[in-house]
Amino acid sequence: MMLIPCPWCGPRPRVEFTYGGPDPSTHPRPADTAPLDVWTRYVYERDNPKGEARELWRHGAGCRQWFVVERDTVTHAVAASEPLPGVEDPR
Amino acid sequence: MTRYSALSLIRQGFAGHNGWPRVWRDATPRSGYDIVIIGGGGHGLATAYYLARNHGLTNIAVLEKGGLGGGNVGRNTTIVRSNYLLDENAAFYEHGMKLWTRLSRDLNFNVMLSQRGVLNLAHTDAQMEAFARRGNAMRLNGIDAELLDVAAVQQAAPLLDTSPDARFPIVGGLIQPRAGTARHDAVAWGYARAADALGVDIIQNCEVTAIRRDRSGAVLGVETTRGLIGAEKIGLCVAGHTSQLAAMVDLPLPLESHLLQAMVTEPVKPCLDTVVTSGAAHCYISQTDKGELVFGGDLDGYPSFAQRGETPRIEHICASAVALFPAFSRLRLMRTWGGVVDMSMDGSPIIDRTPVPGLYLNGGWNYGGFKATPAAGWCFAHTIAHDAPHPLVRPFALDRFARGATLDEKGAGPTPALH
Repeated sequence: MMLIPCPWCGPRPRVEFTYGGPDPSTHPRPADTAPLDVWTRYVYERDNPKGEARELWRHGAGCRQWFVVERDTVTHAVAASEPLPGVEDPR
Repeated sequence: MTRYSALSLIRQGFAGHNGWPRVWRDATPRSGYDIVIIGGGGHGLATAYYLARNHGLTNIAVLEKGGLGGGNVGRNTTIVRSNYLLDENAAFYEHGMKLWTRLSRDLNFNVMLSQRGVLNLAHTDAQMEAFARRGNAMRLNGIDAELLDVAAVQQAAPLLDTSPDARFPIVGGLIQPRAGTARHDAVAWGYARAADALGVDIIQNCEVTAIRRDRSGAVLGVETTRGLIGAEKIGLCVAGHTSQLAAMVDLPLPLESHLLQAMVTEPVKPCLDTVVTSGAAHCYISQTDKGELVFGGDLDGYPSFAQRGETPRIEHICASAVALFPAFSRLRLMRTWGGVVDMSMDGSPIIDRTPVPGLYLNGGWNYGGFKATPAAGWCFAHTIAHDAPHPLVRPFALDRFARGATLDEKGAGPTPALH
């Protein structure tokens, strides 16, 4: 099983976490006023990388924080994790 | 092609079974074809077969990066069914169900279709009402469905724990009696043999590395590990790697690749003669002709191209199976495996032309690619041959997301891991 390093709780087994989609910095939310096709791409299209990926995960069985995980989708090796920009230490 | 029959079996029996010919040619790629199908799994082979049989197009190559049928057609849990709520899905999968029932005859290859029924278990009154609604929708679409009470469920699968003290108490079920299972490898072999006999080249160990296009953007052919192969039309049938192939022509898709696991126990005497599924327990079970119990369940839950899964999911599926069938608790698992599935954003597939002239897409099959094999091949072949979608797959258009015409059977929204 993957060991995911939560930025706040340290390394914990994968089952404590939930995958939540691509990292918002690589898949940014459009402005509310953006045209429909931009919103369609944001809601439905995915890069779906084979290999290195930056993903959003949530530590549901721990601090319940969302954060970013750098992970390989082929080997399942977890390279690093980091808090979302601007998130303060919940401890 | 030597026709398989009782007579040919007897003849070969007297000859010590030494005279059976090769089932399909080991073709070497030619410099070009009218149509190149990428992916030698069930869908790719079925597409090639129906292009040749229904449309008379035989200058076709099927390119497979590994060995024939080594992908998801050899990794699924062999279930075929058409128990869908939405009209669009019902029409498509029921067309498939009808093709299944005559497939062995069409291909002259025994795909061992076993119409043993697929039983969905209900664990709450709300689920029973949802099943009644789906069952009624199915019958309105001409598909068989029966709503069962607990006693009837017990009769259909006597080893189920139907007591009120069960971990997942059963209140009833919905069965599609004509649904069942088919021998998955035989489906790949049968389509390969029949397509080969019609002149299709099946080329194994031939991975596509790039798609060549002319100045207008139209496809010219594919670069492969076995050289350049020209093509006027290219069809994608590559399941979990659809995004990677589409990226070769900068085509973003509403897909995310996930890992789906399955497993079998040691073989035992016949004890379960239907397919039992439980959405609440996240588990489905059937027994193979060899006697193994096949377990399937949910996705691992995060994007993966690994073709192997994690143990917590296996444990969860086995725990659910044992909760439903306490008698299975003493069985040991023999094998577990995983397949990479292309989860779409509404849980429904995509069969369509693409914005790239000459490039056609068949993907986004989520959990359900195997049962769709004949219908997908049939409709994708039509779409390629006529350069226009088959009427049954018009609802599976690539632009349905932009149009807000998604086909979300489960109402889960654009969260692929939940479909």
